[in-house]
Amino acid sequence: MRNETHTDKQEFNITVYTENHIGLLTRVAIIFSRRKINVESLNTSPSEIEGIHRFNIVITETAEVVRKIAGQIEKQVGVLKVYFNTNQDVIWQEMALYKVPTDVIAERAVVERLLRENGARAVVIRKDYTVFETTGQREETDNLIKVLEPYGLIEFVRSARIAIIKDSEGFHRKLQEFEQSEPGDEVVENEYLSSREKVFTM
Amino acid sequence: MLTKEKQAPASPREAKTISGAEALILALLEEKVDTVFGYPGGAIMPVYDALYDYTAKLNHVLVRHEQGGIHAGQGYARSSGKVGVVFATSGPGATNLVTGLADAQIDSTPLVCITGQVFAHLLGTDAFQETDILNITTPVTKWNYQVTDASEIPDVLAKAFYIARSGRPGPVLIDITKNAQLQQFEFTGYQPCRHIRSYKPKPTVRHEYIVEAAELINQARKPFILWGQGVMLGTAEQEFKAFVEKSGIPAAWTILGAGALPTDHPQNVGMLGMHGNYGPNVLTNECDVLIAIGMRFDDRVTGRLDKYAKQAKVIHLDIDPTEIGKNVPVTVPVWGDCKETLPLLTQLVEAKEHQEWLQQFRKYNDQEVEAVIQEELFPTSEEMTMGEVMQQLNELTDGNAIVVSDVGQHQMVACRYARLNHTRSNITSGGLGTMGFALPAAIGAKFGTPDRTVVAVIGDGGFQMTLQEMGTIMQSGIDVKILILNNRFLGMVRQWQELFHERRYSFVDITSPDFVKVASGYGISGKSINRREELRMALQEMLSHKGSFLLEVMVTKENNVFPMVPQGCSVSEIRLK
Ligand SMILES: Cc1ncc(C[n+]2csc(CCOP(=O)(O)OP(=O)(O)O)c2C)c(N)n1
Repeated sequence: MRNETHTDKQEFNITVYTENHIGLLTRVAIIFSRRKINVESLNTSPSEIEGIHRFNIVITETAEVVRKIAGQIEKQVGVLKVYFNTNQDVIWQEMALYKVPTDVIAERAVVERLLRENGARAVVIRKDYTVFETTGQREETDNLIKVLEPYGLIEFVRSARIAIIKDSEGFHRKLQEFEQSEPGDEVVENEYLSSREKVFTM
Repeated sequence: MLTKEKQAPASPREAKTISGAEALILALLEEKVDTVFGYPGGAIMPVYDALYDYTAKLNHVLVRHEQGGIHAGQGYARSSGKVGVVFATSGPGATNLVTGLADAQIDSTPLVCITGQVFAHLLGTDAFQETDILNITTPVTKWNYQVTDASEIPDVLAKAFYIARSGRPGPVLIDITKNAQLQQFEFTGYQPCRHIRSYKPKPTVRHEYIVEAAELINQARKPFILWGQGVMLGTAEQEFKAFVEKSGIPAAWTILGAGALPTDHPQNVGMLGMHGNYGPNVLTNECDVLIAIGMRFDDRVTGRLDKYAKQAKVIHLDIDPTEIGKNVPVTVPVWGDCKETLPLLTQLVEAKEHQEWLQQFRKYNDQEVEAVIQEELFPTSEEMTMGEVMQQLNELTDGNAIVVSDVGQHQMVACRYARLNHTRSNITSGGLGTMGFALPAAIGAKFGTPDRTVVAVIGDGGFQMTLQEMGTIMQSGIDVKILILNNRFLGMVRQWQELFHERRYSFVDITSPDFVKVASGYGISGKSINRREELRMALQEMLSHKGSFLLEVMVTKENNVFPMVPQGCSVSEIRLK
């Protein structure tokens, strides 16, 4: 709040806990598109709690902008809580699949060695192609593309990022807080309506 | 719905089988809705059919266009503080609501809009009059929801009202497929909504910030209050007045805040922003502590942000935490409903009179009176000014009317000069600046507060955008005073062209029909005048006329609204000429 201006952009991992409601994805997405912020990675899936969804969103922005965006997301009806963390604050992974012609792999023992060195494992082996999988951070999955390209990499796909916040106890306790129905006093529309004249007159 | 059983009332009412459409009407009655503005069509016919049996309890106003319907709902809500309710059919009916939704969203107006939708099995097939209204309206609603099963209706309606009016109010749209309206289901009663786990209408008040804020205020030599509509949305007019009076601090208003403190209050120093008053704008860049209450530092208020109140420590009171620090960096954020936070703050601030500092505002005011106001309100020129019309209106209504203004020069003049003795008396389209707003909003305001005089102040351009709503007046027989300030130009655009585009008057010359004749076609009495001698009598005639009346006043063609903060300038660079 106090005039902290971070002008340096960096990757932020935004974690959003939401109800599993139709249309929420659009509401959240609009918050980025309206401000012309590019979403680099977006993963949505059920969380550890039934009925609660978890979004992992990665953007490159300044801390100041991310803080404001997080507030706007949290404001949406249906969103329970938003956290934002730098890469240092989270453990994150992406998964990648690589499709390579099987004959090349079979012929050249060197490829197999390279795969092992890169922590990849075969998911499917067919006569015509083999699919390998590896999980890691961007550099690691990128690395394997470079390695496999000379051997006729046919197709490559990478998942959105998932991230776990290092310093977090999960969401169960927080959820209980949200579930307490707190407002004891009724929502007053305008208690002075019937006595409008008493609000003030000069 | 799982939670149903848990919430069952102590003496469970007998379940009865009714249609979704009837459940909707019952829900509205439970929410104490007395008036709905709407327009029927194929996809919402079951609702209208159900309504037919309830017309004794629920007043429906047939508007002439859905945009008119939603602006009427806004006027109703803004004047009464209650939730405005609007019905529209699917497709074109629903899309005609979009402008009003955007307007209500940016001006925090509580609305519940009900749209009909094609049968659920037709969704996504480009069926007749199908539009994806949920996705169209997502950016301009606080919440929206599509109902495809009748049994959802009571709970969804309860949620809709709760969301629309709580916290920072806003528009909600509920789209109901035709099958859900027709479907019979077991209705077990209506439970108002009090809590949604993923919605926090009010942030928790943090006392340490109240203490910090009070300390800053007590040390300040030149503190300055800026207030907005939040004061009224929180029904905190009394709390606000108590704070202003104990602290002795000069206070200025945003266009939507007008009226929360009477115009004649000695500490009310005027309007902020682009066409605001000279003193409050200049002195924004001189105060040492700026106390913003229920306002959002819109760019029309701040001018150039990087030159805005740089010297000041800023205290911001707002119910919406995302407004705090959004545009202007804040020293002390006071989260919360100002109805709760203001009394806490008032308790801690020392009673003071900032006479010398107030004197500075008066000095600037004198300059403004001399340079602008005197000539605007008491012109020596032959032709009439918008300002003198407002001045005469103030005298005749004694500041007790609700002034609903459209958008343009007349809006700025109306808001600057209207005398407002009562809260919720200034209704205008602030954030969106929607031409065509005033006539339907005035109709809504009259329904919301039937005992008050409602005067719509409209330009010749804006009036032609929604003048069909005179048909609504005709049919419902209500009493709305229509005051057209006709300068034969799209005046505000012409002013900008004069000042910033070398007088290249590109398509701002607008001709108008004989408004009095058009009104007469709708059975509305009227008069057009162009001489000063006629003004007072004509206004008098309009005000004392039984029923609606249209008065057209021909005013100077090329008058400009000053003072003005030119776009891209600092507020202290405000120009008197
Ligand atoms: C729906 C809409 N279209 C266009 C505008 C842009 N606009 C702002 S003020 C204005 C001129 C208004 O003219 P008029 O209603 O005659 O009022 P005046 O300024 O002359 O008092 C226009 C075109 C707008 N605000 N709203």
